[in-house]
Amino acid sequence: MATSPFFTDLDQIFIILRDWLVGFLPASWRPAACVVLEVIIIICVFPGLFALTTVFERKGLGRMQNRFGPNRVGPYGLFQPIADGIKALIKEDIVPFSANAVVHFLAPLSLVVAVFMEFAVLPMGRNMVLVDLDAGLLFFFSMSVSTELSVFMAGWSSRNKYSLLGAMRAVAQMISYEVVLLLSSVSVVMIAGSLSLSTIVAAQSSYSGIFPHWYIFTPWGLAGFVMYAIAATAETNRSPFDLPEGESELVAGYHTEYSGFKFALFFLGEYLAMFSISGLGTTLFLGGWSAPLSFLTFIPSWIWFFSKVMLSIFVFIWMRGTLPRLRQDQLMNFAWKFCLPYTLLTLIVTALWHFMGEGWMRWVVCTAILAAIYVFMGRVEMRSEHFGPRRYRYAE
Amino acid sequence: MLGEGILKGMAETARNFFGSYVSKERLTTVEYPEERIPTVEAARVFPFLVYDGADWEAGLRCVACQICEKECPPKCIYIDKSKDKKPDYVGKQQFYPSRFDIDISVCMSCQICVEVCPFEAIKMDTEYELATDDRFGGLLYDRKQLARSNEYYHSIHPTEASEVDARLGEEKAKVEAKARAAAEAAAAKVAAPAPPAPTIGGGS
Repeated sequence: MATSPFFTDLDQIFIILRDWLVGFLPASWRPAACVVLEVIIIICVFPGLFALTTVFERKGLGRMQNRFGPNRVGPYGLFQPIADGIKALIKEDIVPFSANAVVHFLAPLSLVVAVFMEFAVLPMGRNMVLVDLDAGLLFFFSMSVSTELSVFMAGWSSRNKYSLLGAMRAVAQMISYEVVLLLSSVSVVMIAGSLSLSTIVAAQSSYSGIFPHWYIFTPWGLAGFVMYAIAATAETNRSPFDLPEGESELVAGYHTEYSGFKFALFFLGEYLAMFSISGLGTTLFLGGWSAPLSFLTFIPSWIWFFSKVMLSIFVFIWMRGTLPRLRQDQLMNFAWKFCLPYTLLTLIVTALWHFMGEGWMRWVVCTAILAAIYVFMGRVEMRSEHFGPRRYRYAE
Repeated sequence: MLGEGILKGMAETARNFFGSYVSKERLTTVEYPEERIPTVEAARVFPFLVYDGADWEAGLRCVACQICEKECPPKCIYIDKSKDKKPDYVGKQQFYPSRFDIDISVCMSCQICVEVCPFEAIKMDTEYELATDDRFGGLLYDRKQLARSNEYYHSIHPTEASEVDARLGEEKAKVEAKARAAAEAAAAKVAAPAPPAPTIGGGS
């Protein structure tokens, strides 16, 4: 559909604004100024989104439990994050006497910095990517892995048994699910033939009829997306995989000994990780900034990107409101005995899809293989001793 | 099928999520300072002293018998008996409390004082917003703060109050009938200066 210049301008409004602002500077400063401006915008937009998400999460969870949620501060409780922020800022910053003060201080900082770095390679709209790296996916995952280090720094330096247990659980969980996360995105790389996130989005932004060519609409893409979503939930320590900070067992896990603004930084880091991993999932499987139907392309690309991210966040919240926490052995069994084999199978099916060429045949074959193995694993493997109710040998 | 339970659970929470915007029955929350649940008739929070008529000091039913003071398990009632007497509801001369204090920070709302009172003078209130910023004087209620009219008692516990009124009325009627009989007897005595008296007294 041919779009009018108005919609094209609206689509590129941030690029136009940036160029206009940078135009006031001498030519030699412009590239650096561009980057600084974009970084500032990322640092402002996502924490703002974080503030909104905290209040919407609390309200949404409340509604799922048939109660109101926060509605006291401002209209509909929308100013709640401001009150929370002020509270976090004026609280006393306590560092335990026996803690390693330097590492204790660095842990939340390094977490937030690493998470912010992830946004650098995410294409948030047409031409809207801070650095379009050729190996953007690799950069993203290297940054997201380094958050594990921060978590362990926090748990180890606090010198508290709950912190340490939480950190150990977090590292075990994140490393296990990191494998699934990486492998499920590898199938996208196999089809798109590139590690650059902009290229991956571009590969999905064509339409047949009115329907888009998103990878989630293929058998292997759907299977990969489900595995990606499970692994992403575990990576961000969200319910039902919130064992590292399971408050009924571990007080607050690795951030037990943090208070005031350092705690707020951990909270921010957790939510930013959710945004970035949803952004990556959107980019890989949901067509990034492209519109869901071909006649909706006039709506600016950045609106599509952010609405897809917020939709994923809503699903995160929805799952948190529904599912109880897993047990540690269930968590590990699920990662290594179900998710990993199934993701490997998805990889094989992706290769099959690629080599079978165009036609309806590959749809039937790939769907049949994936569905059959899914049902088989659910019926046989997941009902085995390892997954069922736990038997207590000495209690019987 | 694997994941079926998860989908069922998600459907349930989604039903709650959207349903809470549609049906009011789902949201059972009462937003307290703005709205309140009306208290039920049997509610009890803290005792008060009942008075009849318009003047609280003259109408107090309490006769300072100090039974409640002695029975109170946490000992939160302090009574001083008066030196003089005043007429009660039947007109009989009775003592009255010159001091009647209850420490509401100590009171445990057990209602024992109400149950032991032979004069229907102390009853339970339903008022529950008793917070104060003065934790010494503000929590020790004197007899003026404790006094509530019988009409107020009727408004919070209608059934119980009418029972009490009926009982008191009966007693009053009995006393009045007795008084009338006594008066009639006296009048009869005065009217007929006992000619047959020797016959009654005779035979001894």
